[in-house]
Amino acid sequence: MQLLSIIYIISSVTFILGLKMLSNPATARKGNLIAAGGMSIAIIGTIFLYKDDTGNNLHNYGWIFGGIVIGGIAGTLAAKKVKMTAMPEMVSLFNGTGGACAALISIVEFDHIYKANTPSESTWFSDVVPLGHFLPIAAGAIIGSISFAGSIIAWGKLSGNVKDHSFKGQHIFNIILLLLAITSVAYAYDANMNFANIPFYITVLLALVYGVLFVLPIGGADMPVVISLLNSFTGVAAACGGFLYDNKVMLTGGILVGAAGTLLTILMCKAMNRSLLNVLVGSFGGSVKGEQQKTTGNYKEISINDAAITMSYSHKVIIVPGYGLAVAQAQHACHELEKILEDKGVEVKYAIHPVAGRMPGHMNVLLAEADVSYDKLLEMEQANEEFKSTDVVLILGANDVVNPAAKNDPASPIYGMPILEVEEAKLVIVNKRSMKPGYAGIENQLFFQPKTSMLFGDAKGVLQQLIAEVKTL
Amino acid sequence: MLNWISAHEQYIYIVILMVFLGIEVIGRVPSVLHTPLMSGANAIHGVVIIGAIIVMGKAESDNYVALILGFLAVILGTLNVVGGFVVTDRMLGMFKKKKDK
Repeated sequence: MQLLSIIYIISSVTFILGLKMLSNPATARKGNLIAAGGMSIAIIGTIFLYKDDTGNNLHNYGWIFGGIVIGGIAGTLAAKKVKMTAMPEMVSLFNGTGGACAALISIVEFDHIYKANTPSESTWFSDVVPLGHFLPIAAGAIIGSISFAGSIIAWGKLSGNVKDHSFKGQHIFNIILLLLAITSVAYAYDANMNFANIPFYITVLLALVYGVLFVLPIGGADMPVVISLLNSFTGVAAACGGFLYDNKVMLTGGILVGAAGTLLTILMCKAMNRSLLNVLVGSFGGSVKGEQQKTTGNYKEISINDAAITMSYSHKVIIVPGYGLAVAQAQHACHELEKILEDKGVEVKYAIHPVAGRMPGHMNVLLAEADVSYDKLLEMEQANEEFKSTDVVLILGANDVVNPAAKNDPASPIYGMPILEVEEAKLVIVNKRSMKPGYAGIENQLFFQPKTSMLFGDAKGVLQQLIAEVKTL
Repeated sequence: MLNWISAHEQYIYIVILMVFLGIEVIGRVPSVLHTPLMSGANAIHGVVIIGAIIVMGKAESDNYVALILGFLAVILGTLNVVGGFVVTDRMLGMFKKKKDK
């Protein structure tokens, strides 16, 4: 046991160190490996050194190793094969498996207590199990189930398999659902042992339904916030296991992620001008539609040729990438355009909105894949300063993050979200596949402004044509 | 409840300190690293796998519910850990490649 304690201490330190190193570009990769190493020794140590209260070693090694081999192979393959564009879905899916794992642990522990004490004539559940032991089981089951169901829905939505759904009074319904789940689990604790299983499994079911309804109505643009929140939920669910087994490494790892994930969520909420409470009740997105300003008017198109000439002869071009760039896998073409424009003496930079794409930092990862250098990436505040001195802004498949309605239309669902103020530049070229509104379903007045020209087509195709065109000049 | 608190005093201290540490550590992250960081944190909460191993290793060999659910939990937990770290490494690999140039 002593050796295992030392292993757990080392693992806890690697988790903290790993997270710390992950926050610096120079050490991030090493940090990830260190945390992974800590996790490995914690797992191996647990398998071989863990002793239960009566001093027995674990058994069922065949099952344990079988599970690890299956999970390990499937996890590695999934993580290696996934396209960079599908990364957010993947993270959401892995988060869901963690939540499911936490919920299953609680269910097995509950089942264990239940089987050990039934059938009995007069035992009450609360007589057998101290509250301090039951609470982590209940919390792990509820939070893990919510996290699992929510992550699966988030995954489905991001991959386009699940559409937005909401109905009137859903906020109140969700709150009632959550209260019912808590009441039901409290009832299980206070029930006769023989019947305690029914309210407990009803609780798990209610938590699963809550997880589904919690994520379903939320619009695509808000999905990063949801994934980050569910990530911290799973952290807390893992920490419940720490209380359950008096296991400090589960506690450190879980709470660390729970706290860090919550902070990240709050930061993202701030960037989108929403309160966390609003997210928890599952109310944003979709539901506020109807009263927004109708955007009508004509838009004008620009030819590839004109766009190429305008950009080649300008001093400064800022590229605003969005999800369209990711979908079209156009990051390499984008970097190539940047290089040939620079060869012609044009200053090229990228403006990155904090929530561009489907996850914060999504665009940074994509552009990094294409070898775009760090110092070309401007954060929102910097970019908004520079737009004033910019000749051409090229928007590649971004929509909501440049929508002026966020500034001037209080009825818009994104009102109050800080945006990239591209209309400060002399000319705005917008590349989109069609005039259809973006993922969040909101019309964009920017497209109808006299400064704006539309360049329709798939981002990759358009960029390749632009490159060919610029080369001939 | 009070008994429980005094019995778990150490754990409560850990929770409090970890909450502040988690916030401190992530507070200085540049937005460039938000996605890898979220993914890395996602892998770290895969530590729940340890609970799954304990559940599995303690299950009686005739309790099929515990065996099957525990087995599932081990698979899902491993997916979280392995998938999480590999995906994060892949993302960060792209940053690294550029630094070498």
